[in-house]
Amino acid sequence: MPQTSDSLIQVDGLKKYFPIRKGLFSRIQGNVKAVDGVSFSIKKGETLGLVGESGCGKTTAGRSLLRLIEPTDGSIKFEGRELMDMDRQELREMRKEMQIIFQDPYGSLNPRMTVGGMLSEALKLHNIVPKDKIQDRVAELLDTVGLSPRHARRYPHEFSGGQRQRIGIARALSVEPKFIVCDEPVSALDVSIQAQIINLLQDLQKEFGLTYLFIAHDLSVVEHICDRVAVMYLGKIVELADADDIYNNPLHPYTKALLSAIPVADPGHKKERVVLEGDVPSPANTPSGCYFHPRCPVARDECSDVDQFLEELKPEHWAACMYARQDENVGEAA
Amino acid sequence: MKPMNNITEKSGGGLWQETWKRLKRDRAAMFGLVIIGILITVGVLAPLFAPYNPFKVTLEKRLLGPSLEHWLGTDHFGRDILSRIIYGARISLEVGIIASSISLLLGMLFGTVAGYYGGWIDNVIMRFTDIMFGFPALLFLIGIMAAFEPNLTTVFFAIGFVSWPRMARIMRGQVLSVKENDYVMANVALGQKDGPLILRHIIPNCLAPVIVAFTMGIASAIMAEASLSFLGLGAQPPTPSWGSMVNFGKDYLRSAPWLTMFPGIAIGLTVLGFNLFGDGLRDALDPTMELPTRAE
Repeated sequence: MPQTSDSLIQVDGLKKYFPIRKGLFSRIQGNVKAVDGVSFSIKKGETLGLVGESGCGKTTAGRSLLRLIEPTDGSIKFEGRELMDMDRQELREMRKEMQIIFQDPYGSLNPRMTVGGMLSEALKLHNIVPKDKIQDRVAELLDTVGLSPRHARRYPHEFSGGQRQRIGIARALSVEPKFIVCDEPVSALDVSIQAQIINLLQDLQKEFGLTYLFIAHDLSVVEHICDRVAVMYLGKIVELADADDIYNNPLHPYTKALLSAIPVADPGHKKERVVLEGDVPSPANTPSGCYFHPRCPVARDECSDVDQFLEELKPEHWAACMYARQDENVGEAA
Repeated sequence: MKPMNNITEKSGGGLWQETWKRLKRDRAAMFGLVIIGILITVGVLAPLFAPYNPFKVTLEKRLLGPSLEHWLGTDHFGRDILSRIIYGARISLEVGIIASSISLLLGMLFGTVAGYYGGWIDNVIMRFTDIMFGFPALLFLIGIMAAFEPNLTTVFFAIGFVSWPRMARIMRGQVLSVKENDYVMANVALGQKDGPLILRHIIPNCLAPVIVAFTMGIASAIMAEASLSFLGLGAQPPTPSWGSMVNFGKDYLRSAPWLTMFPGIAIGLTVLGFNLFGDGLRDALDPTMELPTRAE
C-alpha cells in the first residue's frame, strides 16, 4: 500500500459499511459497502484529489476519514496519532486540526445565525484568540476569504452561492486547521465562480501551508489543484498517481473512460471516446472479482474471478487492474 | 465578487419579518389575532372591564335576561354573566398558555432527545407516546383529574401531560430532518459539544411547526379545560370558568338560555381565534410545511 514517512495523514483499509435492515426485528440483511478498504496517504502541503462517479463513496470516504461518520474499520493516522483509538474528548480536541468544506453552499450554513455568530462560535470553541480579539479575528477571516468585515452581521440567505462557499471556507479556517477535506466545494457553483473559489483555495493553501483532500466528480476541476489523484470506483481506489501521470498515462481502464469524458474546447480535436455501458453496480451487491469488470471495455473472463488490489505498477503510480501491468497495450485496446 | 453595496446595509430579521409580512395579508389570521388580542386585553385588565364583581351574589336579581343593566343577563345566583365571562377569560388564557407551555417543554425535551440520539432511547420515548395516543385524551384527563384533587393547578399539569406526545412527535420529526443538514455536521467537525449543537443549531431550525402546534395547543387546552370544568372536574365553584358556567347553566337551558349561550360563544370564539391564527401562522411560516393537525 502507498505509504510515505512525511505524510500528514495516513489512511489504511478504511471501510464504511451501512447495514441494510429488514423486517420486524431489523435484522441485518447485508451491507452497502460505501467505502470498501481505502488506503492512501497525504503529504504535508499536498493536495490529493479523490474522484469518481456519484455514489462511488468519495464523500463517505472524506467524512469517515474525519470520523464525522463512524468508520466500520480501518486506521486513520493524523501526524502519527491514531484517530480511531481516540475517545470523544480527544477527538474533539483534534477537530481543530482537520476541517471540512461542503458541496452545498445552501445547506452548510445555519440559516438562523449571522455569519459573525458562526465564526465567533468556532473561535470560542477552541479558544483560538482571546475573547476581546474575537471580533477582530472574525473581520480578518472574512477579509481572508474575500468578503467584507461588515458582512459579519448578515444572515446566510443574504449571500450568493459563491459568497456562502467563502463563508464556509472562513468557518473551516477559523480554527486554524492543518488539513481540510474539500467535499466537492465547487460542484454546486457557476463555472465563473468555480474558478474564483479554486483560486482562493490555492491561495489559502500557499498562505497557511494547508493540506487538502479534494473530492470531485470531475477530473478537469481536479487537474488545476491536485498534486496527486486517486480514482475511486464502487468504494475502492482503482488508481492512484501524480496528477500528470493520471492525465497523460492512465493505467486503469476506468480512469481512461473518465478522462475521455472531459470535453475538449477544440472542434477539430479527434479522440477515442470510451463510453461506459450500464450503470454503476449497487454497492449493496458488488460484482465478483474486479468490481469494474461488468462495465470494463477490456474485461476478460478471469476478471470476474480474481479480486484486484492496488499495486505499484510504475514508481509512485498504483493501479488495481491485472492487465494494466501485464499488458501495456490495454490503453490502446480501449 | 463585489460586495452588494446597493442592498440594505442592515440585516433583515429574516424569517420572522417575512412571516409577519405574509401573516398581515391573511385576513382570517388577522381576525384570529384580533380575537386573541381582545381576549388578552380583557383578561389581563379584567377588573377594569368587568361592570360588576363576578362573585357578588344578588339573589333578588337571579336569572335576569340580557338588559341594559346586565348586558348578558345574570345567572342563578344573580351574578353578572358578562363580568364572569371577562374573569373567565383570565382562566382560559392561563390554562391555555400554561398547559400548552408544559406540553411544549416536555414535547421538545423528549422529541429532541428521541430525534437526536435515536436508537433505543428513541424507541422507548416513541413507544410511550404511541401508548398515550392509544387512550382517548379526554378519558385520560378525566382519569387524572379524578385521581388528584380537581383544581386549576391540576388542570394545567393534566392537560400539559396529556398533550405533550403530539409535540414530541412534531419535534422529533423536525430534529430528524434538521440534523442531516451540513451545517450540523460542520459544527461536529468544529468540535462542538452536543448541548450547544442542539440548542444553537438544531432547535432554532425546528421551531416553525412547533410554534404552530403551540398556538393550536392553546386552543385545545382551553377546550379541554372547558370540557373538564363542564364535567365538574376542573375549576371548582365559584371560580368563573367558562366550562363550569355552561355546566351550571345547563339546568336552566329552557328558561334562561343565556346562562349557557354566552360562555359557550366565548369558548367557541376563543378556540376559533387561536385556530385561525395558528392556521395563518403555519401558512406564513412556510407554505410547503407539513400540516400539524388542527385542535379538535
